[in-house]
Amino acid sequence: MKEKLIEKGLLIVALSALGSLLLIALFIFIEGMPLIVKVGLKDFIASTHWAPTRGSFGILPMILGSLAVTLLALIFGGGLGLAGTMFLAEFAPRWSVRILKPLIELLAGIPSVVYGFMGVVVLVPWIRQTFGGPGFSVLAAGIILGIMILPTVIAISLDALNAVPLSYKEGSLALGATRWQTLYRVQFRAARSGIIASLILAMGRAVGETMAVIMVAGNALLIPTSPLAPVRTLTSNIALEMGYAAGDHQRALFATGVVLFVIIAVLNTIALLTMRERK
Amino acid sequence: MSPEGSVNSPAKLATKNLSVFYGSFQAVIDVGIEFPACAITAIIGPSGCGKSTLLRSLNRMNELIEGAKIRGEILLDGKNIYQLNVLELRKRVGMVFQRPNAFPLSVFDNIAYGPRVHGINRRQKLTEIVERSLKAVRLWDELKDRLDQNALGLTDEQRQRLCIARMLAVEPEVLLLDEPCSALDPIATLHIEDLLRQLKEKYTIVIVTHNMQQAARVSDFTGFMLLGKLIEFGTTSQIFTRPQHPETENYISGRFG
Repeated sequence: MKEKLIEKGLLIVALSALGSLLLIALFIFIEGMPLIVKVGLKDFIASTHWAPTRGSFGILPMILGSLAVTLLALIFGGGLGLAGTMFLAEFAPRWSVRILKPLIELLAGIPSVVYGFMGVVVLVPWIRQTFGGPGFSVLAAGIILGIMILPTVIAISLDALNAVPLSYKEGSLALGATRWQTLYRVQFRAARSGIIASLILAMGRAVGETMAVIMVAGNALLIPTSPLAPVRTLTSNIALEMGYAAGDHQRALFATGVVLFVIIAVLNTIALLTMRERK
Repeated sequence: MSPEGSVNSPAKLATKNLSVFYGSFQAVIDVGIEFPACAITAIIGPSGCGKSTLLRSLNRMNELIEGAKIRGEILLDGKNIYQLNVLELRKRVGMVFQRPNAFPLSVFDNIAYGPRVHGINRRQKLTEIVERSLKAVRLWDELKDRLDQNALGLTDEQRQRLCIARMLAVEPEVLLLDEPCSALDPIATLHIEDLLRQLKEKYTIVIVTHNMQQAARVSDFTGFMLLGKLIEFGTTSQIFTRPQHPETENYISGRFG
């Protein structure tokens, strides 16, 4: 009897988590979809003119901004993360892995506003002095996001690499291959789907990140023409304008949310499918 | 009677006073054994007797286990293997494992793997090597139209043959086999044994097995190990018909192990 009660209780709690997720999704769609229908999907995502108080709702600069920032983050964070993964998996002494891995995972727990603050204080002035331009730029946002996605990339791809059977490594070494050849020709190949999944999940994280990006990206409403140009992402746009938006303007922000929701849902689905393929 | 294993034909590979340690545990104790060229030598003994450790130290694969170290000498053509580059050593002394460990690559890429890591990249040369290696293990006719297929889709026997072919592709001189048939059914086991008999014309073969019938069927020489020591070494017929040591006789006649 008591058992049953606990079971039911837990079920309700679990369902409430699912329920709130559904409610949020539903709410965003209800608020956002009418505007997309009214403006037309093509004009909404393919027009470059965003003047929501005067009836222009083109979010193309923000879509391209999000893509540019995410791409740079993947180049920095993906490259650094995979290099770190290889080091931790094969070359680092075991005692150092026991220290380094939790530290890297700790990176995920640092509030994003702290990353943004570091960006404003250190990275932005450095970019301004070294490369010119305002400093608030695609480059600054890309680097900060690259650091923020490191834990995702390393944790998941390291798990994938460690799950590769030891017998592959033995077979390769027994043929006279070096450890490096073994790593990139056999172990990486065998862990490929997990590594791709880690990059896609990291991409989802980079697309969704808001606070750190607002602080270092400059937020100008332009299609970025160089890595040193300021940029506004989809998430920044919502956060920046939500405070004073009303009417169609507010609905346009929800519609931006719909676009984000779809992008992230697609990325996560791809990640899940590639991970499942492994089994 | 000395435990030193020695025969009259020239030794391709030999150990002298070899001890192998894992941390403070000594897995192989003071073993001296000579593996004659172009013959099959079987090492038998109960589980945990150190036979796999002995085998793995011959191409320094025991070093993958942390804390492994050796004392004594291992000689390949009379030269200490620790004076060779480890990659060169493993190319000359190939190894096949208990479970067929084909890579998750195509049949072609599995065989071409060894040559590629040793710097052969010309497609035509690789194609030649793949064909020659697959023919040597009698897989060519079965697989010649499926070279692009993933090797993980093959049967256990095919995969173990593929692993042997993959080893032959780097043109080794010595073949080390660590219970190569333990994951195979009896028919496949006989096929692999036939293959080994053909391969011994060109290669020096050392096979570790817990299957005494297999040692008796396939090998020319046999060493019996117990608790890390080489108890007895001799021609296979001598070991199986006139063992000199009571432990050997007990093991052969099935009283333990």
